[in-house]
Amino acid sequence: MALPKIVGIETEFGIMVRGTLDWNPVSASSLLINAYVGTEVGSVDDRAAPIAWDFIDEMPGADARDIMPPEFAMPPEVETHLVNAVLTNGARYYVDHAHPELSSPECRDALSVVLYDRAAELILVDSMEAAASALPDGQEIVIYKDNSDRKGNAYGCHENYLLDRNLPFGQIITAATTHFVTRQVFTGSGKVGSELPGVSRSDIPFQLTQRAEHFEEEVGLETTLKRPIVNTRDEPHADSQKYRRLHVIVGDANLSQVATFLKVGTSAIVFAMLEDEALEHVVIDDPVPAMHHVSHDVSLSKPISVADGKTMTALEVQWELLGQAERWADRHGLDAVGEDCGKLVLERWEEMLTGLEADPASLSGQVDWVAKKRILEGFMDRHDCGWDDSRLGALDLQYHDLRPSKSLAAKAGLESLVDDADAKVAITEPPTDTRAYFRGKCLQKYADSVVAANWDSIVFDVGDDPLRRVPMLEPARGTVEHVGTILEESETVSELLDRLGA
Amino acid sequence: MADREQVRKNPPRPQEEAAEEAPAGSEQGEALKAELDDLLDEIDEVLETNAEDFVKSYIQKGGE
Repeated sequence: MALPKIVGIETEFGIMVRGTLDWNPVSASSLLINAYVGTEVGSVDDRAAPIAWDFIDEMPGADARDIMPPEFAMPPEVETHLVNAVLTNGARYYVDHAHPELSSPECRDALSVVLYDRAAELILVDSMEAAASALPDGQEIVIYKDNSDRKGNAYGCHENYLLDRNLPFGQIITAATTHFVTRQVFTGSGKVGSELPGVSRSDIPFQLTQRAEHFEEEVGLETTLKRPIVNTRDEPHADSQKYRRLHVIVGDANLSQVATFLKVGTSAIVFAMLEDEALEHVVIDDPVPAMHHVSHDVSLSKPISVADGKTMTALEVQWELLGQAERWADRHGLDAVGEDCGKLVLERWEEMLTGLEADPASLSGQVDWVAKKRILEGFMDRHDCGWDDSRLGALDLQYHDLRPSKSLAAKAGLESLVDDADAKVAITEPPTDTRAYFRGKCLQKYADSVVAANWDSIVFDVGDDPLRRVPMLEPARGTVEHVGTILEESETVSELLDRLGA
Repeated sequence: MADREQVRKNPPRPQEEAAEEAPAGSEQGEALKAELDDLLDEIDEVLETNAEDFVKSYIQKGGE
C-alpha cells in the first residue's frame, strides 16, 4: 500500500540590490533573512539570533544508487556558517550559495504545499520590507521567484516526496523521468529566448520552462553542474530503513497556485501508483533532448520518441498517466495523497489537459507560461515590436518580481486556490498533520529551551542536564493528533520530555 | 489511444455547435481583450525603465 505522500517544496529566490552597483548576493541574502527574523512576526522570541539549524544529519553527498560518486562529481557542500533559521511554521529559511532559500514545512497534501508556498512568498515580501530599513537611502533588495538569470545561471525550486525504501530505484527513475519530461506543459513558468549556446532569439523566441535547458544528464547526484532529470541525493531526513526522500530538482518555481498544485499533486499520485504497482510505464527514449524539445514546443504538438518505435506528444503521455491514475484511484482510493485533495488533483488535471489540448490561451489564469505569453504578445501588439525587443526580457523578469506593486504575475489574473488570510496565518503556524507541527509548536512555546532543530530532530537545553535530542524520524507523527494535548498541557520542556518519554 | 478516450469526459464539441455559440464567444473575446488592455495599461506604468540595462544587470550566481 502506498505511503502517505508527505511533500515539501524548497525555493531558491533570485536577488538583486537596486540603487547601487556595489553589492554582493551572499551579504544581501544574509541581510534579508536577518532583517526578517528580527521582526516581530519572524522571530521566535526576543533573542537577537534565530534558532540555529542543526547540521548533524546533513549528508547531501549520499547517493541513492548506493555507489560512491565518481571523482568528477562533486557532492553538494553544506554551508554551515551562513544564516540559517528555523521558523515557527516549521520551515527553514537560510542562505544557500548566493540565494535566499525557503524550505517549506512537511505537508500532507498538495493543497497544503500551495498554502505554505504562498506563505513563503509573503515571508519574502515581509523580508524585503524589513530589509529596507537596514539599507542606505535609495537602495532596495528585490526578490524574484524565478529560476534563471537567462544568462546560463540557474537556481532551483525543489520538491521532496516521501517514498517507500523498498521501491527499486530503477523504477523510480523510469516513472519520474516520464512525468517530469511531460508535465512541463503545465508546470512551466515560461522564458523569453533560449540559454543554449548558439540558439538565437529567432530560433526560440519563447519556451515553456525556465529550467529544462539546464538539464544535461538523465540520472545523477549533481544539482549545480550537469544537472540530472532524476537526482539521486539519498538523504531521507527520516528513518532510512523505511523511507526514501525523492529530491526533485527539475521543476520551475510557479507563481500560479494551480501550477504548483498540479506539479506536486500529479507527481505525488504518480509515485503512489508506483508503490501500489499500478503504473504501466511509458518509457521515453532519450529523455534529455526530449525535455528540451517539450520545453521548446509552444504548439504542444510535436511528438517525442517512446519505447517500441512509437511517438507521443507530451499531452498524450499526460492523458495516459491521468487515465492510469483514475483507474488506480478507483481500485486503491486516494488516501495516500489525501482523499479530498486527491479528488481535486484528478479533476483539475483533466481540466488542464482538456484546456491545453483545445486552446492553451484559455488557461492564462492557471498556467504561468500561458499567462506570461499573453502579456508578452499583448505588449508586442500594442507597441509594435518583436521578440528581440529588450522590453520583452524585462517583462519576462518582472513577471517574477515579488514586490506586490511591481509583480506582473500578481496583475495577470491568476486563480488562487488558497486565501491570503490563511496564508498569513501559515507564516507563523505549522501544518497540523505532519511532524512540522511538533517542530513549529516547540519553537513557539519553548523557544528559550530549543538549542537547534532540523528536519528529523530537535535539541533541547533543559538546564543542568546534558542537552536532549528528540528524534522525529517519522514524518507522519508529531501531528496535532499525536502530541497536541501533551504540548498544550506541558508548561515546561522538562515536563514535555517526561511525557513524551524522551 | 483507448485510455485517453476513456479519461476525456468532455471531448471537443462538434463544429456546428461551436458556430451557434459564436456571438457569446465573441462577447467573451471582447471582454478578454478589454481586460488585457487594462493589464497592459498597468504594465506600461510599472515596467522597469531602461529595460536593456535592467535585463543586462540581472545576473545571478548558480545555486542549488
